[in-house]
Amino acid sequence: MGAINEIAARLLETGEAKVVIGYGEGSFGSVRPAFARNQEEAEKLIYDKRCTQNLAMYVYKKEISPLRKLAIVANVSTLRGIIRLASENQIKNGDIITLYINELGEVIECKALSEIEICLAEITPEIKPEDKELIDKLDAMTPQERWNFWISEMESCIKCYACRQACPLCYCTQCAVEVNQPQWIPVAANTSGNLEWHITRAMHLSGRCVECGQCGEACPVNIPIHLLPIKLAEEIKNIYGTVSGMKIQESNTLSTFKPDDKENFIG
Amino acid sequence: MSKIKKLSKESFPLLIKKISETQHVYGPVSQGKRISYQRISSADELASDFIIPDMSAKSFVFPKIEKLFSYTKNKDGVEVQDINLDNIPHRVVVGIRPCDAAGMESLKAIFSWDPSDPIFETRLKRTTFIGLACNQADDYCFCTSLGGSPGDTKGSDILLTKTDTGDYIAEILTSKGEKIVTLAPDLFQDVEGDLQKEKFLANVPKRFDNSDLQNKINAAFNTDVFDEYAMRCMGCSACAFVCPICACFDIQDETKGSKGQRVRLWDSCGAKLFTLHTSGHNPRETQGARWRQRLMHKFSYMPERLEVRGCVGCGRCSRRCPVDMNIAESLNQLIIDN
Repeated sequence: MGAINEIAARLLETGEAKVVIGYGEGSFGSVRPAFARNQEEAEKLIYDKRCTQNLAMYVYKKEISPLRKLAIVANVSTLRGIIRLASENQIKNGDIITLYINELGEVIECKALSEIEICLAEITPEIKPEDKELIDKLDAMTPQERWNFWISEMESCIKCYACRQACPLCYCTQCAVEVNQPQWIPVAANTSGNLEWHITRAMHLSGRCVECGQCGEACPVNIPIHLLPIKLAEEIKNIYGTVSGMKIQESNTLSTFKPDDKENFIG
Repeated sequence: MSKIKKLSKESFPLLIKKISETQHVYGPVSQGKRISYQRISSADELASDFIIPDMSAKSFVFPKIEKLFSYTKNKDGVEVQDINLDNIPHRVVVGIRPCDAAGMESLKAIFSWDPSDPIFETRLKRTTFIGLACNQADDYCFCTSLGGSPGDTKGSDILLTKTDTGDYIAEILTSKGEKIVTLAPDLFQDVEGDLQKEKFLANVPKRFDNSDLQNKINAAFNTDVFDEYAMRCMGCSACAFVCPICACFDIQDETKGSKGQRVRLWDSCGAKLFTLHTSGHNPRETQGARWRQRLMHKFSYMPERLEVRGCVGCGRCSRRCPVDMNIAESLNQLIIDN
């Protein structure tokens, strides 16, 4: 048994956690989210380079959240998701034990959220090279070309909301698309309905997105939808110097006024 | 009425060209990382070397948005304008996979189940399916476990099987298929003897034994087998929307001023809103109950009421699931446990 299994087994045995959220072997060589509730299930947890999925969205999922205390096996994306959720008061100290696996494969058991911040302090977040490449390509386009690119991509959207469900920060109990009085966003998966949905989501995530790219990964029709919030995160870093999901006390950049905020976008 | 002909690799593009002179032709087209059924004007546009398009062919008969009627409000009340069925186009879909074509039979059973749906019926009647047998499969394919096969003719009007020379064996299966042949009869050659179609088909091993599947799945209803699924399933609708048979829909009115239209949109039992009552009560409270419903509907309720299953084993739901909810694995587990 590897370290992760031993730690999970111990946490379950001592009652420090009722469930350990982690990764297990999936279909045909893939990995899947796995949930250890007993010793037998703890033995089946794995961690290797295939475990890139951000699991933070399971923390507030209705079927899991009542089981708090939770423990969660975490890569950097998951750590950032947890920190962001904490900064938005969705997780408090003591709710969750985080089992961060660092670059050397060591398991770092974080019982306090501040310990996660210490782990993150040593990390410089980077986006995937292929995402950077496509963002550069989009940046080089004229606004009209960029519009055409997104309109063409949006045509394939089927409004399955996998992007929303996979997102660690889409935790609203009632999403704007589920409000029908008034109907803010058209329900149909047509051009305007799709555009309004994705623009609303990107705007709602701006300054909050932890750049895990899970929305794009989840998309069953391969729309690179993660590039919208990721690009906005880049803009916010450039303008305000803030990066989401690194520190609990970080400001909610776009919903906080500071006297020295730049105002050069006006006029 | 099945008739077997040969269609040479040189004749295939000529056939597409001939059909597109009078009808809209669609087929699997590659668009970046996506393969979907799109309108084509020549055979060159067709994607090659892939297992299955990302989206199923159900949108030809059950599109993601279907206008049912339009309406105008005036001082005397509401005036309703029915849609004109004559505007539904005649289409030919080339290269539809046998599982997608077989799915049409299940969709037909759903939409003709009291009362029959005239829009669906017209779309189906006006669509000709020229299937292409599968010569490759992946681990997610499990058509053979549910009585299908990579060379299944069900639902196709013509089924083509590509041979090792690149020429096609053409099975002309219906009168719609015959009509295609009459557009270009010279392209179809007569054949003698057995062309041994089976030799050119993909090997799709059986993943489970489907005998007594309905009873076994019924027996699992109150077991705790769904608890793990309840935690893992994240509640999106990807599985239902990529499925060739999932046909649950939502009805919406889109109104602008005094005019509007009523539309039918894809919906999914995986979504928590699907069964949420206005009282706040939700009879399918957890994601586990929703996943159970997905399986029960496909493998118990549909066979019971419509005498067809709600699954053809295309494997799309499992391929596209962001959290690896594998339907064949789930069925296999239910069969073993019960």
